[in-house]
Amino acid sequence: MKLHTLHVLVENKAGVLARIAGLFSRRGFNIESLAVGTCEEAGMSRMTIVVLGDDAQIEQVKKQLNKLIDVIKVSDITEQSTVSRELALIKVAAEPGETRAGVMQIANIFRAQIIDVGAKTVILEVTGDSEKIDALETLLRQYGIKEFVRTGKIALLRGQKGIKSTK
Amino acid sequence: MKTGAKLLVESLQREGAGTIFGYPGGSVLPIYDELYDAPIRHILVRHEQAAAHAADGYARASGRVGVCLATSGPGACNLVTGIATAYMDSVPLVAITGQVPTFMLGNDAFQESDITGITMPVTKHSYLVKRAADIGQVVKDAFYIAGTGRQGPVLVDIPKDVMTAQIDIEPPIGRARLRGYQPTYEGHALQIEKAVTLIGEAERPLLYVGGGVIASGASEEVRRLAELMLIPVATTLMGLGAVPCDHPLNLGMIGMHGTEAANYAVTECDLLIAVGVRFDDRVTGKIDAFAPNARIIHIDIDPAEIGKNKPVDVPIVGDAGKVLQSIIRRLIKKEGREMWLARTRHWKEAQTVRDGEDGLSPAHIIREMSDLLGDRGIVVTEVGQNQMWAAQHYCFRRPRTWISSGGLGTMGYGFPAAIGAHFARPDETVVDVAGDGSFQMNIQELGTVAQYKVPVKVVILNNMYLGMVRQWQELFYDRRYSYTELPAVDFVGIARAYGVDGIRVEEKEEVRPALEAAFTTDGPFVLDFRIEREANVFPMVPAGAAINEMIGRRQR
Repeated sequence: MKLHTLHVLVENKAGVLARIAGLFSRRGFNIESLAVGTCEEAGMSRMTIVVLGDDAQIEQVKKQLNKLIDVIKVSDITEQSTVSRELALIKVAAEPGETRAGVMQIANIFRAQIIDVGAKTVILEVTGDSEKIDALETLLRQYGIKEFVRTGKIALLRGQKGIKSTK
Repeated sequence: MKTGAKLLVESLQREGAGTIFGYPGGSVLPIYDELYDAPIRHILVRHEQAAAHAADGYARASGRVGVCLATSGPGACNLVTGIATAYMDSVPLVAITGQVPTFMLGNDAFQESDITGITMPVTKHSYLVKRAADIGQVVKDAFYIAGTGRQGPVLVDIPKDVMTAQIDIEPPIGRARLRGYQPTYEGHALQIEKAVTLIGEAERPLLYVGGGVIASGASEEVRRLAELMLIPVATTLMGLGAVPCDHPLNLGMIGMHGTEAANYAVTECDLLIAVGVRFDDRVTGKIDAFAPNARIIHIDIDPAEIGKNKPVDVPIVGDAGKVLQSIIRRLIKKEGREMWLARTRHWKEAQTVRDGEDGLSPAHIIREMSDLLGDRGIVVTEVGQNQMWAAQHYCFRRPRTWISSGGLGTMGYGFPAAIGAHFARPDETVVDVAGDGSFQMNIQELGTVAQYKVPVKVVILNNMYLGMVRQWQELFYDRRYSYTELPAVDFVGIARAYGVDGIRVEEKEEVRPALEAAFTTDGPFVLDFRIEREANVFPMVPAGAAINEMIGRRQR
């Protein structure tokens, strides 16, 4: 069992997300993260889906996704050279003074932006791979995380290679 | 200018929908108004579920796409069981539903239901049509999706204001355009070569053929491969009729209620050639003990079925008929294999005769039916013991003469599906083999057969039990018959009330004359056979056991 990253090109139509999410839940596949948005080609969207499973399960996930009429292409990019990012917003308890200085120092090290400062809280914005965000979350926990939201992973193949709509 | 409803009806005609099964309601009134003078035959059923099953039976009997129509909300919801039944058995179906007007969508309006959402897990694809101008293309795409690749049901949901909108557009000509949908028909050359080698080398090969062979029209290819290479054949429940029952290489049905010969052969074979099958648990039993010593070639049009339940050595994605043709072209006729064939013949001959010693046995009734109908019949069944007795004892010689709910196991399926089968193949004698429990699930369709004089013959194997459930209670729950006993019903009386003739049969000697009377009557007919109450379906592989661990080889 390991985490696989799937890149899925789909028709940008109403109900596509529901079809894909439904397929995962109905067949007992566990989605770790799913990020979706429009892409370079009109009428299409790119999805990055992270799913936990063994090789046979991932093979089945890919085949079942391919059966959906609105799915144009499915690729497992886990073993390929990719760049991947995730964005997280973290609201941390940070009273002015020593605590806030500590939070800001950690933010600095992780190259996170402070995008809001309240009387007792700050909000950090951080991008990076999932591990970096996990690490930041762990460090900030000692101060008290009020709210935490992350986008899920998005990824592209490096260099000339890409996932295009031509099947 | 014309309405969206008019465009819909024109589009249906262009796709060749000659007969549709439906039930009117508020949201589909514009369509019904167009149907009033359209050259499409509409059959009014008594319950929407029956409309879906009838369209399904029509599709299975003819190989064409079946069409059903229902109104929004309850009408649409009543189609769901029929759509799910078609989905599980890969039956091409287009279900059209009315919907509340677009401006009321999502407001919990009167008779609104999110039918595209509800049916998403049980359709191949679905459409909510939001613009009248899209109706033509959607209908074209829907028929294309339903009838190609691995066939299945497609839902088209149309809001009422889309039906009444005025447009100036003709149904599109040409092909469907779907960039995400390109089924594979030709098998991969390299895999075909591997298959040819394995078939040549095998000492104990077995063909395991299913519904995909029927859908593909590949019966002839299966028979040729079997005869050329001397390979015995086991068919699944859905594959009955793919090879004639009396063909010397046919070992009969495989699986939970399959024959000893088929179940032993799969256990001992060294090569399993699986064609148009999906390794369903009702066939394989304990999956690890299924074909434990065999290499496996799996031919299927749906890539997702290959390796889903059982790892295979040679996967071939493609149409069963086309792939088998490619294989047969490369094969050299096989001699020998006498030991293997003799062994399978021995199993076949040793099979226990399971006729009841006394009383009215279901096997006897089915055999008499088979004998009388010969090559003229289409047998449709309900679900349960009646279904298995029909599968075991009727002699199917041609594809599309056996119609039964295999995957979903839908009680109440048979009677309406038989109505659909009649409209697809009016030249054949259509028989619904029913249990008293199943028949009561869609008994109201007696009204439909009476109204349209549909000459369907209903053979009720009446044991006043939910027979298959009772059998399981007998075998696995210490005979505690919890809520499976049904009181006696005067089925002939009910049939007569609808204007349908019938006979009740209680003695063995009356079986043949009663069947003859039914088959020579022009109209519908109901036969109520009062069978032995606790007759069982044997042999049987208990759920989860290995396929060769059969119980009850002798009738109790």
